Amino acid sequence: MKKQIASASQKPIAFARDFFSYAIKGGNLYYGWLLFLSFFVVVGLYTSYVQMTKGLIVTGATDQIIWELFISNFIFTAHIAAAAVLVVIPAYIYKREDMKHLAVLGEIIALTFVIIGLNFIFFHMGRPDRFWHAIPGLGIFNFPSSMLTYDIIVLNTYLGINLVAVSYLLYKRYLGQPINTKFYTPLIYVAVAWGPLIHIVTAFILSSNAGISAWHTAVLPFAFLSMAGASGSALIIIFFLLIRKFSKMDIADSVIDFFSQVIVWSLGIIILVFASEFFTELYPGTHHAASLEYMIHGHHGLNAYVPWFWWTMALIVIPFILLLSSKVRKSYNFLLPLISLVVFLIILIEKPAVLVFPSFSPTPLGEYAVYHPTLIEIFNVLFIWASGFIILTLLTKGAIGVLTGEVQDSQTVEGDAK
Amino acid sequence: MSEDKRKKDIAEGQDDGKAKESRRDFLKKLGVATAATTVAPAATAKAGSIAEALQTHFRLMSDDEKKNAIARLEKRYTEQFSKQVTVADTPAPEGVLFGYALNISKCIGCRRCVEACVRENNQSRDPAIQWIRVLRMERGNNTFELKELNEGSPSSNPLGDYGIQSGGHADKHVGLSGSTEHYYEPEQVPEDDAIYFPVQCQQCEDPACVKACPVRATFRDPNGIVVIDYNWCIGCRMCQLACPYWARRFNWGEPVLPNEDMNPKTHYLGNRPRMRGVMEKCTFCLQRVRDGRYPACVEACPVGARKFGNLLDPKSEVRKILATKKVFRFKEEFNTDPKFFYYMD
Repeated sequence: MKKQIASASQKPIAFARDFFSYAIKGGNLYYGWLLFLSFFVVVGLYTSYVQMTKGLIVTGATDQIIWELFISNFIFTAHIAAAAVLVVIPAYIYKREDMKHLAVLGEIIALTFVIIGLNFIFFHMGRPDRFWHAIPGLGIFNFPSSMLTYDIIVLNTYLGINLVAVSYLLYKRYLGQPINTKFYTPLIYVAVAWGPLIHIVTAFILSSNAGISAWHTAVLPFAFLSMAGASGSALIIIFFLLIRKFSKMDIADSVIDFFSQVIVWSLGIIILVFASEFFTELYPGTHHAASLEYMIHGHHGLNAYVPWFWWTMALIVIPFILLLSSKVRKSYNFLLPLISLVVFLIILIEKPAVLVFPSFSPTPLGEYAVYHPTLIEIFNVLFIWASGFIILTLLTKGAIGVLTGEVQDSQTVEGDAK
Repeated sequence: MSEDKRKKDIAEGQDDGKAKESRRDFLKKLGVATAATTVAPAATAKAGSIAEALQTHFRLMSDDEKKNAIARLEKRYTEQFSKQVTVADTPAPEGVLFGYALNISKCIGCRRCVEACVRENNQSRDPAIQWIRVLRMERGNNTFELKELNEGSPSSNPLGDYGIQSGGHADKHVGLSGSTEHYYEPEQVPEDDAIYFPVQCQQCEDPACVKACPVRATFRDPNGIVVIDYNWCIGCRMCQLACPYWARRFNWGEPVLPNEDMNPKTHYLGNRPRMRGVMEKCTFCLQRVRDGRYPACVEACPVGARKFGNLLDPKSEVRKILATKKVFRFKEEFNTDPKFFYYMD
């Protein structure tokens, strides 16, 4: 009896060992990819040291434009983390058989992108050493007044839910035991509700600032959720096509088709949201529209954001029109991944270049400014992205090993042999 | 700002300090120095900074904790600036609500208030941090032109030109308005063609910044002044986003304050030197007004445009101004209820 308990407590350790020893094995391409990411981690270790010792002065942020690339990227990671529920919803709520086994991959995306996002917030803080001041109980938690406290709650809860859900499911699969649906299903439903919630709260962090008129709009959560639908589905398509190509995981065409449909719908909603926002701002033409006008045609020759604005608009509308054709949507090996990449990147670029930086002009005292990111800032952003993608790669690889049965508890294997 | 220059500043400051210090201070310092060499100075400094890193919010500290926190700071500042620095903890006076009134018809845009504020409140000189901004506005509207009287948009319409102008002067305004700037460098002030409008923290009764702070590092003190515990601020800058007056300044890097320019008479919630990564702003010179003195900007104004006093006292100068002058508040649409009033004669 005692021996059994001892071996049971060893099981999670064996799981972690088997999981990661499978995850770090791969072909040359796999090692090349990890090596490529590690380069940015090594450089990033130095650049983060510079930022942590010198302060945010090494970034391009000023009292005029106070949000840097970090927080702009954070908003994007919240897009993806929220959109990951799009894998879970069809599997658990619409009971689609072709997606049931993929739900855990969606949760891994959510988990990774919340981690990436929390890293971005850490780099955004002026005093990261004082983060404990915001931990309820340990510090002071200005709840319910401060919007940031809601974000701390929802992000960490989402991280926790996904961490538990992913490791529970994979562990049970590893042992070859059925999952306890009384525990797992409610957890999944909470995660499904929580995904959009983290994103709505993130939108409120922006729209609660009456002083920044470009953000002070009720359409912001709708814009964020539709952008999540587009960029998240774009990432999932690329992700699933790669998994299908490089592993034994079975991912049906119908799954890919579902996500290309979601991109079309989401892009359509983005266009409507933008159109209604632009109309509401531009028709009365009050000072409330000043930052939008700054983006559209510059201000007294200061027009750095004008090309970014128009390219963003074009690259949202063009993929929408292209993806309306089922021929394009079915081009799994060329057009669909290419358009998905464009959608993913343009919504990533939209964050700093359209949503964040131009919105700070005019400042409350009427100044217009242009943001100039620094190299250190850019390398820190790449550092966070690269370490996030390393986590995503390793977790996905290990999870595929478990799901395809290549990573299994040795006793289960013995049992099967008998 | 280079590290070398800072070190040089510190070294120069030390020289100045030594020349001035009394024999008793010198002996005291010598004693500290010998004690420090025997007990490893780095270790005590490290213990002090760890204690500072772990301390709680100033408002939640017990009297003992406050005393220790202040002693730590005084020690650190005294060493850093090579002069005796005091950090006061003067409590808020009873029955006082501080208010400010600024006469925009008198302001000549000289920015002596800005300079006095920087000196009094130990703002970083490089990068330069200023709590008061003086906006310069073009006086009058000198672009009205007769020949533009009938120019406008749309001047004609492809669906039918009825000769009736319907869109107003939407694209080409007759005259301009509302453009401000705060980086003016004139030969002398006041300029004939300009009016000036100083802006600083408006000490709102419903401050958007206080609402936004996730850790209550910024809060309204009992006299109605919005203050910051610089040791509790996490540098998230939500308050800076929320402020509609652009009144808050962030220490993006390590603030640089030459020893000779450092004002050694400080208050914990007021003008004590700040550190990298925290927010700061005007506190109505809390270190002065809690002692019954005027803010530095009020004293510095050469034309007497700045008035300060107790809003609860009907006989105070501000209350008299509120009762008799043409008074308005800046950006009233934000509903923040400032205690900073602008007025005209």
